[in-house]
Amino acid sequence: MSLALLLRHRFPATQLDMDFEVPTPGVTVLFGPSGAGKSTVIAAAAGLLRPDVCRIEVDGVVLADTASGVWLPPERRRVGLVFQDAKLFPHMSVTTNLRFGMRRAPTGVVRFDEVVELLGIGALLARRPHTLSGGERQRVAIGRALLAQPHLLLMDEPLASLDSARKAEILPYLTRLKTALRLPIIYVTHALDEVVQLADSMVLIDAGHVVGCGTLSEIAARADLPLAQRDDAGALLLCRVVEHDVGRELTRLEGGGAAFWVPLLDAPLHAECRVRIPAREVILAGKAPDAISLHNIVSGTVRRIAAEAARRSVLVEIALPNGALLSRVTPDAVVRLALSPGSPVLGLIKSTSIEVLEA
Amino acid sequence: MAAYAVGFGLPLAILTAWVLARYRFPGRPLLNALVHLPLVLPPVVTGWLLLIIFGVRGPIGVLLFDWFGIRLVFTTAGASLACAVMTFPVMVRSVRLSLETADPGLEQAARTLGAGRLDRLFNVTLPLASPGILVGGIVAYATCLGEFGAVITFAANIPGQTQTLPLAIYTALQVPGGEAKAAELSLVSLTLALIGLLLSEWIGKRLNVALGR
Repeated sequence: MSLALLLRHRFPATQLDMDFEVPTPGVTVLFGPSGAGKSTVIAAAAGLLRPDVCRIEVDGVVLADTASGVWLPPERRRVGLVFQDAKLFPHMSVTTNLRFGMRRAPTGVVRFDEVVELLGIGALLARRPHTLSGGERQRVAIGRALLAQPHLLLMDEPLASLDSARKAEILPYLTRLKTALRLPIIYVTHALDEVVQLADSMVLIDAGHVVGCGTLSEIAARADLPLAQRDDAGALLLCRVVEHDVGRELTRLEGGGAAFWVPLLDAPLHAECRVRIPAREVILAGKAPDAISLHNIVSGTVRRIAAEAARRSVLVEIALPNGALLSRVTPDAVVRLALSPGSPVLGLIKSTSIEVLEA
Repeated sequence: MAAYAVGFGLPLAILTAWVLARYRFPGRPLLNALVHLPLVLPPVVTGWLLLIIFGVRGPIGVLLFDWFGIRLVFTTAGASLACAVMTFPVMVRSVRLSLETADPGLEQAARTLGAGRLDRLFNVTLPLASPGILVGGIVAYATCLGEFGAVITFAANIPGQTQTLPLAIYTALQVPGGEAKAAELSLVSLTLALIGLLLSEWIGKRLNVALGR
């Protein structure tokens, strides 16, 4: 199943021309600078903005198609939308807010009790929206959208107006929700921590165009895409816990066709997790050094070398059997190791610099 | 009489306010001006215009009389009509202001949750505008009780039928020794006006608290 979106629209100052297709269910993150056109995609998908040319298809259902004149209005689209600032109805209690969409939708798979439980909002039901904190409000808004039994859930920077403590409070709920409800979700953000935790697919948008589209690991490891230009650029791998060595206080993870030792994790065997390996933490070597504190020496092949003139550094993309790593080094290092696309190389990674995120 | 005036005038005022607040159309400035006309026109002129239009020989008055046997001039219903027209701008302004300050995002949210146009109007838009509607209604009611010029011109000054408070005060003042009665009625008028204003203030505040503003 998939979600396909094509959108062309001319604003007075800019022009949008986007086309992407991602697998469903799962979270697709639209990522890009402000003004790139992310919110336009959301508004068009919700039906609140009618682009000049548009085609949106979710799991075989056509929501809009300019060519055949199909345009479902928002109220008949069954597309849930979570706004940046909750938009709860101030004259209704939390319960009435939650049931607003539910009462107007056919009975579906999303149950009231389940949503209340998933989002931890049981204690808020009798309250009024203005008595809730920002994080609570946003959780209620997510619940309200889900209970309208949507075929597609849109989230337009749902955590952007919250401070980092509130954000940390909601992110686990979103992760739970994502696994509990097998629903296509389009999630707009420009916060990398949200991407790392939630994204399955990524669509990178810049100046009204799609500049990259693929799975999170593919996109994160591309040295030529905007994501790699950030200070905190790094590869993302989906890993599985394969061994706990309690004596040495280490856990072995496998992902991307390689194995990594990390400090002992509190996760069951075979559990899946997301691993982020920052590019600046990956040392390159021609041959394995001995007598070194390092646990992780991963062999791969150089796939791409992208110069970063402004930083006087170079990003090296290293292909693993089933994924990729990024390494940020100096141009001099590339010359000394005589690296070029295709040359074999070793990536040296300290186990303590691997960031493991529970999934 | 004042209750009729507000009862019939308010729904129409809400509709007008909604049209003025939400839609841009060629005749909009004209409609806006027409609505506000009674506010700036001398009330006697408004009364006279009503007389021309709704009088038994007027274009609408003649139809009302021929088809339904309704005569508005010099009746309680006529006084209500005059009051409704005079207080219409107050109601429209109040409702329109609260419609315009309401967050359009809430209506968009209601749309994505499956609410159609009328559904949104009755369950989101109007409840959100309720402070303005209620305050407009109360102020209009209090104003109706004190309407003078338009009522005396259109519906005359018939005790118990079309006589408003200021008309009664005026009548009392015309009679020698009527000062005491006039003072009494003025006191009633003052009290009613104060109650109306305080009530509207209080209700507005309560509703805004309930709406979390």
